[in-house]
Amino acid sequence: MATETTAPEAAAEAELTEAIAAAAQPDSGSTTVQRQLVIINWSGEYDKIMPTLIMGSVAAASGYKAQVFLTFWGLLPFVKDSRRITGDNWMQKMLSFMQRPGISHLKMSQMNFLGMGPWMIGKLSKQYNVASPKELLEACQLMGVEFLPCQMTMDMFGLKREDMIDGLGEPVGAATVLELMTEERTASLFI
Amino acid sequence: MSETIHTTVDAKGLSCPMPIVKTAQAVKGVPAGELIEILATDPGSVKDFAAWTRSTGNAIVEQSEDAGVYRFVIKRA
Repeated sequence: MATETTAPEAAAEAELTEAIAAAAQPDSGSTTVQRQLVIINWSGEYDKIMPTLIMGSVAAASGYKAQVFLTFWGLLPFVKDSRRITGDNWMQKMLSFMQRPGISHLKMSQMNFLGMGPWMIGKLSKQYNVASPKELLEACQLMGVEFLPCQMTMDMFGLKREDMIDGLGEPVGAATVLELMTEERTASLFI
Repeated sequence: MSETIHTTVDAKGLSCPMPIVKTAQAVKGVPAGELIEILATDPGSVKDFAAWTRSTGNAIVEQSEDAGVYRFVIKRA
């Protein structure tokens, strides 16, 4: 009884060992499909932007492809802080007057108390070292989260490219987002 | 095993998601096989770092807690 394996058997064995070793590796994403997080960011309030930016930054930090679709109210926080009034016609201008755009000017969705709400949350954040929306947005951009503005919202609210912060992707629509949401290994959120 | 630490991330006092985000940023500058040390006070970060290392393929080689400060040593994949 021969104790050495024959050449083809040895090769097959080596291949099997390699396959087992590869399967045992933690998921580094190089040979498998990258995981993806798609967030439809429809809301524009302080307390709703937080989960969008937190999930987005952590997804990117964890090696996921993170894409955030900015639509409706969710587009306004991504207007430059310095732009106070936006829009072409009186209705669009009134909209920006009543809903001040920019990441530093967010209202709470509840308990806004005519502006006391965000102020108090700001105080609590400092006390417990919770990052502000502005800091979280910077973290997202550093980690490579992609922000996709909704073309339809830009048109309807009269927002131009120059009104928006730098680093946003090209405007897209629902079909693009739908395709992203239904890709392999993708988790989606509506916020 | 006491190889030298390449980088230390001081995340003491920071809340979610900053310990993870800061670590992910720091890891970019660390060569493969080197060690990175993280100090955090957020109790939630314990599970978070376990999940993060699983997602990214990095490995926790050491983990300890001392007077409310959690210390993680992670080997860069």
